[in-house]
Amino acid sequence: MASETTTPRSFQEIILRLQAYWASKGCAMLQPYDMEVGAGTFHPATTLRALGSKDWTAAYVQPSRRPTDGRYGDSPNRWQHYYQYQVIIKPSPPDLQDLYLGSLEAIGIDMKMHDIRFVEDDWESPTLGAWGLGWEVWCDGMEVSQFTYFQQVGGHDCHPVSGELTYGLERLAMYVLGHDDGNEMPFNDPQSPIPLTYGDVFREAEAQYARWNFDVADTDTLLQHFKDAEAECARILAEPADDPKTGRRIVMAQPAYDQCIKASHVFNLLDARGVISVTERQAYIGRVRALAKACADAFVQTDAGGYAA
Amino acid sequence: MPDLLIELFSEEIPARMQAKAAADLQKRVTDGLVEAGITYAGARAYSTPRRLTLTLSDMLARSPDLREERKGPRADAPEKALEGFLRSTGLTKDQLELRDDKKGQTYFAVIDKPGRPAADIVAEVLEDTIRNFPWPKSMRWGSGSLRWVRPLHRILCITYDEQGTDIVPVTVDHITSGDITEGHRFMAPGAFKVTSFDDYEAKLKKAHVVLDATERADHIWADATSMAFAQGLEVVEDKGLLAEVAGLVEWPVVLMGEIGERFLDLPPEVLQSSMKEHQKFFSVRNPKTGRIEKFVTVANTETPDNGATILAGNQKVLAARLADAVFFWENDLRIAKEGMQPWLDSLGKVTFHNKLGTVADQIDRIAALSREIAPVVGADADAAEKAARLAKADLASEMVYEFPELQGIMGRYYIERAGESAEIAAVAEDHYAPLGPSDDVPTAPVSVAVALAEKIDKLTAFWAIDEKPTGSKDPFALRRAALGGIRLVLENQTSFSLRNLFDQAQDGFLDVLFTAIHKRFAVKSISDHSAIVEFFDLKGWLTETGDLTADAEENIVELASALESGATTGEEQAINILRAAATKQLGRKPNRKLDTESLLSFFHDRLKVYLRDQGIRHDVIDACIVMPGNDDLTLLVKRANALSDFLKTDDGENLLQGFKRANNILSQAEEKDGVEYSFGADIKFAETDEERALFAALDAADAQITPAMKEEDFAKAMTAMAALRAPIDAFFEAVQVNADSATIRRNRLNLLHRIRTICLSVADLTRVEG
Repeated sequence: MASETTTPRSFQEIILRLQAYWASKGCAMLQPYDMEVGAGTFHPATTLRALGSKDWTAAYVQPSRRPTDGRYGDSPNRWQHYYQYQVIIKPSPPDLQDLYLGSLEAIGIDMKMHDIRFVEDDWESPTLGAWGLGWEVWCDGMEVSQFTYFQQVGGHDCHPVSGELTYGLERLAMYVLGHDDGNEMPFNDPQSPIPLTYGDVFREAEAQYARWNFDVADTDTLLQHFKDAEAECARILAEPADDPKTGRRIVMAQPAYDQCIKASHVFNLLDARGVISVTERQAYIGRVRALAKACADAFVQTDAGGYAA
Repeated sequence: MPDLLIELFSEEIPARMQAKAAADLQKRVTDGLVEAGITYAGARAYSTPRRLTLTLSDMLARSPDLREERKGPRADAPEKALEGFLRSTGLTKDQLELRDDKKGQTYFAVIDKPGRPAADIVAEVLEDTIRNFPWPKSMRWGSGSLRWVRPLHRILCITYDEQGTDIVPVTVDHITSGDITEGHRFMAPGAFKVTSFDDYEAKLKKAHVVLDATERADHIWADATSMAFAQGLEVVEDKGLLAEVAGLVEWPVVLMGEIGERFLDLPPEVLQSSMKEHQKFFSVRNPKTGRIEKFVTVANTETPDNGATILAGNQKVLAARLADAVFFWENDLRIAKEGMQPWLDSLGKVTFHNKLGTVADQIDRIAALSREIAPVVGADADAAEKAARLAKADLASEMVYEFPELQGIMGRYYIERAGESAEIAAVAEDHYAPLGPSDDVPTAPVSVAVALAEKIDKLTAFWAIDEKPTGSKDPFALRRAALGGIRLVLENQTSFSLRNLFDQAQDGFLDVLFTAIHKRFAVKSISDHSAIVEFFDLKGWLTETGDLTADAEENIVELASALESGATTGEEQAINILRAAATKQLGRKPNRKLDTESLLSFFHDRLKVYLRDQGIRHDVIDACIVMPGNDDLTLLVKRANALSDFLKTDDGENLLQGFKRANNILSQAEEKDGVEYSFGADIKFAETDEERALFAALDAADAQITPAMKEEDFAKAMTAMAALRAPIDAFFEAVQVNADSATIRRNRLNLLHRIRTICLSVADLTRVEG
């Protein structure tokens, strides 16, 4: 494999190298999904495309939001908005581990100098009704990626099985760039005319969102949003497959799934506001899971989901 | 005879599964081979993160030939019978033999089952083993349907002897067997051929793979301890961690690193947990100070810089982890020093069980019960209550949220920092004890009071909502709680009535529950009425009101609608309604008594198991359980011990026989005559010396046994009882109970009744076997 031996100089160079690497391996280079999500897995390119019989491959950066992780921009390694790099290949190729290790070399991690380990970590998303087996990948004792073979999504067995790789970009970049404080790491090339750090780009917004997430977001409105998204999702899916206007069969799995994503994010916001009790928590997760399952049921009724009339 | 080598090469197998998987591979393959007639001299299984390996030595090259003879119908039997026989044997008529039998000419089938080559059998057994392997969790990958713990890449399967090596052809889905394996993922990538186990093991070692997990563990431990020793330090032993780490590497490289100076003041338990759970590091301790000063990590690779980069990376990760721990510790200490109230408040939001309220409710109950128990175990009631109120506070701390296994341990630190005595602080850790059968039992009185209260509360609470263990199901670990309670009582020699305690627990339980529900209601009523209706499922309840009076029902309807419409309701009505709701939550009416006897017999069952382990026979325990005072476990065990000792003596064994004889004769007579002979025997009707001697002996025994029993001195009572042995024996020797004279017979039966009464006052000897 062609190995890149130089160390990247910036956060964005790590992203660019991952993009170049996975493009060279044939992945479709997608863009982030245009909605607020908690993790890269929520992108329909992963959640929905992992379902059904059709082959699929994609890689993308996904900005992700975890309101409870907000630290007003003061933490060296926690932000309520962060980036995940996500790769999905279906069916999972036999050399997926080697492909993955190649991507680490591409961003300057020299296998001869470091200790890379695959440590058991089974992945489960209660909100997506999904689980898989795999590992967290350690580099010198630090978790740099999550490596999962999807077994079930939205309550459906995955056939074929997708291999999913998730890189926590901030942590990975801090390690590769040698910065203990993520806010200090260069976002663009430090030699460029206007060098910017990660903190320059995000610190201000982090403080603003932390305040809003924790103390200001209107919980009544959010609760209403949750109910609305839930109702709209059900309404969309209740429509018949045959569109009376075009006369075509159009199962609206993805618009419905957008509502599921929305409900999930609103739930995360409510959680950050501290208005969800321990018992209610499980109930909310169950409600989002019910939406995810209904959307998965719908997706396998689409062409992309392998439906054959 | 050939040897066999099998290797199943896969992506990384979880460390915790490796040892059992190797054993399962050995068991499944060898069972299958032996079943098919292939025996062998020796077997060994190995595991690394990427492979399971099995080697057999001196295996039969073929399974033995078998010849089976089956007798068929007679030559003159109907055609149908012969047809059936041919069908079942799969032969034709001309392949049968006709032989002379006792009953005439008879058909015989002789079926030869020639032996088969071992390779064929190995292939079948191995395929079956792979397809049905008992992984705790397995998965599919790619487009296949085969299941393995992680994707399976290669099957190596060869037999070999002096003549050479043969591949055993096996195909499982898309994988075909060969004689090829791979070495270390990074240090020796690429595949190579092997010809025998010795060749395999040696080539693996050259390719930086230590096949044997024990060898890896030994190597790790030897390197770690000698590195630590060289610096005057010692590695904190942890066998579980050692086994796990040995399962994470194929080529262990031990590195020792520094814990930053600013972290050294964290409690040692925090350092150990943090390093072990997240990083799988061993702790390295200074034996002089007891402080954890360094760590040992095990890498899977050698590097040109001798691990410097790896160690630096690990140190950095540890520093970030410990920075979190310091953050938690400092935040926690701030709250601890102010008395921990915010934690106690937040436990009011943590559900203990949906029918039993919150952890705060549980604490209230335990605190009340601890007060009651305190005087019995010699503890100060105020101290016990205070300790009970603080003992679970750490459950809400950040450190315990992060490291649940530090519950109680952190509590002790925090309660001390809150300015409480060491005695009260110790309760945080002690009140969970004993957890396992070999755990130490707390002995400090305050700890005993709270530990006991915790267990009694748990049992009465779950009994109240009818969540008793059934069969193998015991989701709330109630058996463990009962055994813990038993050991607390017995090992501290405390004496009290469990029934009373159950009643007290039950009272407190209801009071606390009602108050808690009321409290929750009051808080909730401001913002969300419908939540209460939902929480108590009031609507659902209204539809199943069979259990309730019309008044109560009306009351609920009223309140439910009031709640829903958002109207405020009177305090009293609210309490009534909540009381009713609590009834619903409990699944029973508040007036119905807790099933104390069933809970007591649950304790007795646990006690039997406990005493059996101490060598006391079940019938001896049964004989004592039916006696009065059986809810005082210390008393009960004292009685059982005395009886057990007594029965081991000659006198005891013989007295038991004498008692049984007396009891049998008496019982038969009573049944026959339909009367009870309890009128008291009169010595004036005694005819023989033996009879008179028995009267005297019974009087003497009575005089000793009655006061001894009052003092609960069972040993003394039984010694006195033993003195009856000779007179009873002599009596039966010399006297016919069923005398001709009705008066004399009646008197003798009444005398036997005295024997029975005296003996039964000590224990129910009718239940003793033998």
